[in-house]
Amino acid sequence: MARMKFICDSERCIECNGCVTACKAEHDIPWGVNRRRVVTLNDGEAGEKSISVACMHCSDAPCMAVCPVDCFYRTEEGVVLHDKDICIGCGYCSYACPFGAPQFPSSGTFGMRGKMDKCTFCAGGPEPNGSQAEYEKYGRNRLSEGKLPACAEMCSTKALLGGDGDVVADIFRTRVLSRGKGSEVWGWGTAYGKPTGGATTPEAKPGK
Amino acid sequence: MKRMLLAAGLVLAVAGCGERTQSGPSHRKTDTVAWDAAQNPFVAPGWTAGDETSWQSQIRDRTASQNEYSRVSPRQ
Repeated sequence: MARMKFICDSERCIECNGCVTACKAEHDIPWGVNRRRVVTLNDGEAGEKSISVACMHCSDAPCMAVCPVDCFYRTEEGVVLHDKDICIGCGYCSYACPFGAPQFPSSGTFGMRGKMDKCTFCAGGPEPNGSQAEYEKYGRNRLSEGKLPACAEMCSTKALLGGDGDVVADIFRTRVLSRGKGSEVWGWGTAYGKPTGGATTPEAKPGK
Repeated sequence: MKRMLLAAGLVLAVAGCGERTQSGPSHRKTDTVAWDAAQNPFVAPGWTAGDETSWQSQIRDRTASQNEYSRVSPRQ
């Protein structure tokens, strides 16, 4: 079974915000809500690094653990989704999430907080796949169209990769081996060290 | 008096044991699987709707297409 994962390559991200725009356009996301955003470290300094951040669809998701109304669920592909008809907009998930993924529209009076909205890995919600009800609540369901998340497929430098976790890890490993650095990063061996054969490895180059 | 206090203490001590569990059935709706294709004209060609293996293969191919090293010839 494919396990869906995102990864952002900080060596490639150019902070163009194409992923943010693609996400907002694809799902018709209201003003003030950003399911995805680009975070830049040491902005303006030489060697600044950017990464695109959204819901990481955690294996042991803290948002699921703290939700008092149990509105979250995980699909067979490991995508963390929620039922907006159950959500009460309490915001607990927002405090629990280390990535700031849960978003709350606040267009009502007195700064009223609406129901939680977050990245769905373009997998919609519990409504029938591709239905109008699903689109209005969660946006497009690209996975059920045989596609990957719009942010990853639109990324011009392919810094943001999304899809089957094994293949994504293989692609990332291929890059690191090709550019000759990155494998010294802590945790690299655990996350990407073991090839699964999902991606093509470049041929061995002399002098590398 | 002592006995009464002891009995009252015992009753309080075991009161929690009779508490009913508060976890009930979730009211969440059941989601359909991703390979149950969307009913719209935007479904990508190349896979069979309703076939899990076909959908997984489609997703793997689509994920692998993000690897540009497979699209260019290796550097000399």
